[in-house]
Amino acid sequence: MAVSAVEAQGVTKVFGSGAGEVRALDEVDVAIRQNEFFTLLGPSGCGKTTLLRLIAGFEQPTSGEILLEGQPIAGTPPFRRPVNTVFQSYALFPHMSVAQNVGFGMEMLGKDRRTIAETVERTLDLVKLGGLAGRKPAQLSGGQQQRVALARALANRPKVLLLDEPLSALDLKLRKEMQIELKRLQGETGITFVFVTHDQEEALTMSDRIAVMSAGRILQVGSPTEIYEKPTRRFVADFIGETNFLAAEVVAGEAGSLRVRLPGGRELSVLDAFEHKPGQTVTLAVRPERAELAEGGAEAQLAGRVENLVYFGTDTTYHVGLEAGGGFVVRLQNREGARRRHEVGASVGIRLPAEAVQVLRD
Amino acid sequence: MLATLRRHPALQRLLLIGPSAAVIGFFMVVPLGLMVAVSLMGRNIYGGVHWGDFTTEAYVKFLFERNLDDTLAFNPVYLQIFLRSFWLSLSTTVVALLFGFPVALYMTLQREPYRTVLIFLVTVPFWTNLLVRNYAWVLLLRDTGLINGALLGLGVIDHPLPLLYTPFAVAIGLAYSFMPFMVLPIYASLEKIDFRLVEAAYDLYAGRLTMLRRVVLPLARPGIVAGSTLVFVPCLGAYVTPALLGGSKTMMIGNLVAGRFSEARDWPFGAALAFFLLAMVLLAMLLQALRSRRQAEAG
Ligand SMILES: Nc1ncnc2c1ncn2[C@@H]1O[C@H](COP(=O)(O)OP(=O)(O)OP(=O)(O)O)[C@@H](O)[C@H]1O
Ligand SMILES: [Mg+2]
Repeated sequence: MAVSAVEAQGVTKVFGSGAGEVRALDEVDVAIRQNEFFTLLGPSGCGKTTLLRLIAGFEQPTSGEILLEGQPIAGTPPFRRPVNTVFQSYALFPHMSVAQNVGFGMEMLGKDRRTIAETVERTLDLVKLGGLAGRKPAQLSGGQQQRVALARALANRPKVLLLDEPLSALDLKLRKEMQIELKRLQGETGITFVFVTHDQEEALTMSDRIAVMSAGRILQVGSPTEIYEKPTRRFVADFIGETNFLAAEVVAGEAGSLRVRLPGGRELSVLDAFEHKPGQTVTLAVRPERAELAEGGAEAQLAGRVENLVYFGTDTTYHVGLEAGGGFVVRLQNREGARRRHEVGASVGIRLPAEAVQVLRD
Repeated sequence: MLATLRRHPALQRLLLIGPSAAVIGFFMVVPLGLMVAVSLMGRNIYGGVHWGDFTTEAYVKFLFERNLDDTLAFNPVYLQIFLRSFWLSLSTTVVALLFGFPVALYMTLQREPYRTVLIFLVTVPFWTNLLVRNYAWVLLLRDTGLINGALLGLGVIDHPLPLLYTPFAVAIGLAYSFMPFMVLPIYASLEKIDFRLVEAAYDLYAGRLTMLRRVVLPLARPGIVAGSTLVFVPCLGAYVTPALLGGSKTMMIGNLVAGRFSEARDWPFGAALAFFLLAMVLLAMLLQALRSRRQAEAG
């Protein structure tokens, strides 16, 4: 297998000491492949920026090691790492023009003036700032500044580009455009992108792989489909999209397959990746659009009453109160037109196809 | 009364400006006017001037000597003192900048409580009298002083180095005296720099020195300009330091002017010299202002 572009091995980062100690990263292991669009996804404060800063070299890990293309880089200062950053705060040089900002890295690398001027122009066109080369950062809007920051990092064609929420200040339309643009650019240039966001949709649409982070740990790494369809942890399932959680008891189990008893007493066979044992309680995750409604009846696994329904046009969301307690959300596509099949107050059964149920690790 | 005021905004404005106008008038315009007046009067050899005896003799004296037959001969003595003052002030400013900038940078990089302590320490020399502080340098620099004593004792030199009563001693003393004026404005502008810009420069392959030159220095410019002005201008008019550390050989404008008013009893000439000094400072500041405006427009 090819060597990883970036690899973190047991990386822990602790800020402060004593009572004020913050464990920003906790035993993080991750391998980012060459030419991959890799996204760090997680809520505010989970350590995304800290991981980028460790890769860029602005911070040293408290323990563990970072490797760039297989080489440990502990002693290498940031200015010798073939890595560029698009800062969350832009960090544009206020005393330099847009063009000077974008050309700065190439100037430091000793490129000749012609090359610099041409690359600056091309990169500014790319981020749609063609006419603003002569402006100072203070004369730009927030979104324009963000695009300058992007151009400044891109212009150097680094091996690895670290992007810390680079699209957060853009309006929806421009944001969508830039998402496509970034994705295209990444494919064309062969630069490895490490992209930080706390927008799950952005992560799902852009990434080759996503690492979902929480409280300094990476909980799951996988392709967007894996992360969405096969979450392994409650946090991941909850953070991305909408999910129903059910507590179930394992009644029998062997080699990756479990027989579990659902709330209400019905039993169901499901696939299990985590070797749960009979007698244990497991958490099941079911996406609302993967469950089905039935008119009561024997083939349903859960029974309840429709408490509320929300019509969205393309689909309808049913909020069902379960007889065994708790709620369950089912989303059905309105294939048969606007006809509502179940009214508020109606008794319904919920059918869970085995492949729609994901057994979580914890 | 208040109602009257409210109805007359012009009167209001006058009352608001009044006090400061009075202070400026009394403490600046009147003395300066007096100085110009004195410089244009005839000299009274016992001190003071003969009022009403109008003459430009004092200004002629700056560059020319009057021979016995009333012809004028060029006399560069005073001009030399002016040039020396200018040159010494410039060197002092450069020395203060070279030492002051790293100090300010160091202060900026410290943590908060320690930083405040450092600011406090920078101002400590101001607590003692200027005279006392300069005497301390006499003790350090003289032939039997600490520096020469140590070097002689270590056998590095056979004869004491001539340190005191040299332009070097004056520059050192002046730089020392005015150092806080350099450090504090630079610190103020360094402190405002967003440290993330430094990281951005590192990220874009700038080494430490390049980063300093391309990012920190340009952003600290206002502080450097302010600090340099604050050191250069008082240096031009310095009196105590050159008197103590420069001796008669390294006289500066301040000493020259003081001498005209005391021993020489030539008030008009003293006033004229002071007026030249003022003109020089104003000219220097005007040039600086023009330069920075042109730079602001260019960049
Ligand atoms: N220099 C520092 N000193 C102390 N604590 C820090 C420092 N930098 C980060 N932290 C803490 O480490 C944790 C992770 O911070 P980090 O900036 O990596 O979060 P993030 O995931 O990027 O969040 P956001 O989405 O809000 O940008 C936070 O609790 C933060 O308070
Ligand atoms: Mg962040």
